[in-house]
Amino acid sequence: MKLKQLESLLGSLQQFDRPKIELEQYPTGPHIASRLLYTAENSFGDLSDKVVADFGCGCGTLGLAAGLLGAEHVTGFDIDQESIEIATSNADELDLDIDFVQCDIRNLTLSDRHIDTVVMNPPFGTRKKGADMEFLSVALKVASRAVYSLHKTSTRDHIRRTALREYNASSAEVLCELRFDVPQLYKFHKKKEVDVAVDLWRFIPTSNQGRHL
Amino acid sequence: MRLLTHNMLSSNIKGLTSGFPLGIEVEKTEEKEVEMNADFLRNMFAKVEWKALVEAAKTLGYTELPDNVEPSMLDSDEFLRRFHHALLELHLEEGALVCPETGRKFPVNKGIPNMLLHEDEILLQ
Repeated sequence: MKLKQLESLLGSLQQFDRPKIELEQYPTGPHIASRLLYTAENSFGDLSDKVVADFGCGCGTLGLAAGLLGAEHVTGFDIDQESIEIATSNADELDLDIDFVQCDIRNLTLSDRHIDTVVMNPPFGTRKKGADMEFLSVALKVASRAVYSLHKTSTRDHIRRTALREYNASSAEVLCELRFDVPQLYKFHKKKEVDVAVDLWRFIPTSNQGRHL
Repeated sequence: MRLLTHNMLSSNIKGLTSGFPLGIEVEKTEEKEVEMNADFLRNMFAKVEWKALVEAAKTLGYTELPDNVEPSMLDSDEFLRRFHHALLELHLEEGALVCPETGRKFPVNKGIPNMLLHEDEILLQ
């Protein structure tokens, strides 16, 4: 699938009806989503024929992109039922078979054997402090191959240090820096649109091979 | 919800010795055909909790999976097809996942399990 086609399909998806600010619900724009996942597949082969998890899947953009790029199985995880309903509808639209689980990622007990790649656009931690780090911590516990994530550029050093020293990452690489369009979704947003500088990250977990079977 | 997803999940209630595997209560199932990928299956074979998969498949009405397996079975197309069917083509649409220790039910609606815990079930960090 070509990048342009992927971006176009993702752009046609339904997004949050009434986004919940306390969950930091922002849609992952098709421009960012398509580039992140296209790179994951074309540069690293981290999606096709793999088991992929989308943490904080929201309306499903990243998980669906993984499906479009050949993931064998995708499971999306989110705390919010309404989002999952939209994600389910989006999956039907694209004729993709995606599983969704409603849960709180912070107290989820998930196997560390099944998932190859985690893709996520986690909360940045502007509402619940540290939410971004919690997501990253869990992702690095369960992924075997790679974790793709978006974090504010302003947190770059902290993320790299913590991922490598505390979260079991053997590698933490910023693939590129992008401007994330935050549209005027909430009442407290004064401007029509604002760009937040975000880093597209690829983390490699320290190998779990050899610990099991 | 596919059994591959079921095979990844554990009950996350505090204080358990083991929350795996989750029991299954069935109200509605569905079968959705997908193309078989032999390489993928061979890869998954080493990662899947086999006993839990067999039990879950039986609960959903599929009894063709062997109880005991060994890697040489991966050469058999018939075995791969059964493995594929159980892992990816059987779906729990309505029912519940059940904590093996407490019996607490996590409802499944439209294929989506709700694993959200109540306040008193969460381990305070």
